[in-house]
Amino acid sequence: MERRIYADNAATTKVSQPVLDAMMPFFTENFGNASSIYTEGRNARRALDGARETIAKALGAEASEIYFTSGGSEADNWAIRGTAEKLSAKGKKHIITSVFEHHAVLHTCEYLEKNGFEVTYIPVDDKGLINPDDVKNAIREDTALVTIMYANNEIGTIQPIEEIAAICHEKGVLFHTDAVQAVGNVEIDVKKQGIDMLSLSGHKIHAQKGIGILYMKKGISLPNLIHGGAQERGKRAGTENLPAIIGLAKAVEIATENIPEKAQKVTAMRNRLIDGLLEIPMARLNGDRDKRLCGNCNVSIVGVEGEFLLLSLDAKGISASSGSACTSGSLDPSHVLLSIGLKHEVAHGSLRLSISEETTDEEIDYIISAVKEVAERGRMMSPLWERIVKGEEIL
Amino acid sequence: MLYSEKVMDHFTNPRNVGEIEDADGIGEVGNAKCGDIMKMYIKVNDGVITDVKFKTFGCGAAVATSSIATEMIKGATLDEALKLTNKAVVEALDGLPAVKLHCSVLAEQAIKSALSDYYSRQGIDPLPIVGEIGECEACH
Repeated sequence: MERRIYADNAATTKVSQPVLDAMMPFFTENFGNASSIYTEGRNARRALDGARETIAKALGAEASEIYFTSGGSEADNWAIRGTAEKLSAKGKKHIITSVFEHHAVLHTCEYLEKNGFEVTYIPVDDKGLINPDDVKNAIREDTALVTIMYANNEIGTIQPIEEIAAICHEKGVLFHTDAVQAVGNVEIDVKKQGIDMLSLSGHKIHAQKGIGILYMKKGISLPNLIHGGAQERGKRAGTENLPAIIGLAKAVEIATENIPEKAQKVTAMRNRLIDGLLEIPMARLNGDRDKRLCGNCNVSIVGVEGEFLLLSLDAKGISASSGSACTSGSLDPSHVLLSIGLKHEVAHGSLRLSISEETTDEEIDYIISAVKEVAERGRMMSPLWERIVKGEEIL
Repeated sequence: MLYSEKVMDHFTNPRNVGEIEDADGIGEVGNAKCGDIMKMYIKVNDGVITDVKFKTFGCGAAVATSSIATEMIKGATLDEALKLTNKAVVEALDGLPAVKLHCSVLAEQAIKSALSDYYSRQGIDPLPIVGEIGECEACH
């Protein structure tokens, strides 16, 4: 069989065996509807309550503050649109976010802009970090919500969430964070960190796709997302997807165990990967080296286009990602890479490798040598690299 | 987005990669900002393109369209090369995803640019023969 190295864990992850094992009985013997009163229903209810409790505990929340959703995007949409709808009635029609959020946040904010809201987009510095003072200065009388991602999905930079949350509370503004990439990589305690709302996605932490949560602090009552039955305290109707929820609880439980030990191990491998790739002439690391997710490596290899890198690496058995225009489905490279000041030419050559605990040292060696080979081949046939070498193109 | 087997073949094993030291015409189109640059070298003998080489900075489709375009014009007369359309390039590759069609336009333009340079070097005004080589519409 062809060798495969999966280095795109920021895109999605494999469902782990313990997660799958936990889910399986809920497809067959424990198939009951959690709203039913008889034995099967009660069994389902108990399992549902237990899952909610597990997730709440892992995040430092209470079970009644956890709402199951179809994933991170739904949670982001609900938090932002729900808050906007609710607080606009009180004349609050201003939202603060950052320029390099996930599209689930950015496009929701753009939608609100078309519907009478004002949005302030906080810039990030060249390391991919937000300055909390910028948030402070942007807050107005009519600010309804501040929504800033916990960690960036492309460059992995971890934001000063506690400081931002503290500023929001001082000013009496709600704070939401998209923590889809952060969960399992950094220790999260919503109460201690002052997070009012948090989005989490299952498939980034070895649960299945199509399940996530919105944590909503007690006292915040967003408008219902789906009208119907009494599920999720009437806020998101529809029979619960119990196998997915059980799997999510297991995945959250595992992901939030021993984070410092796991992060230390992955960080060491990640640093070796970064150092190895930076041996490539003129390669640059995108995003702060230290304040970043333990598994994230994002480099630009100027002179070679991102999709070229991905397809060439795929042929060598490596799955990775890029922020080039050709892979974004549009003609512009990733908004994240442009936001940290990269020129289009440099952003086109970006390569994201997101490793996990399952990655081995031997795989890191293989990736480094494969990327070096691919970069050399790409540059050999690149008129752009030719110009860079001749000094005709300054990047 | 899925590439045809033909595209993947030309991406993985591109034909005619390189430079021609004593080329009779060199064309270059695209720009680094858009993420695609194609450079094409031709050797002409008695009105026939006897050799062609290319270098491309770009995605899989950019490499594949350049590669197949060089195959299509190698051995062709100048007139035949002039008539090569981006549509023919796309067909020869068994299709391209819609977002990648501009790569085939770039391949057509790269050939025209090399031909244009050839005529200029011969002291012939290329404009009436080759026509204007537009900018890639997708990029502007």
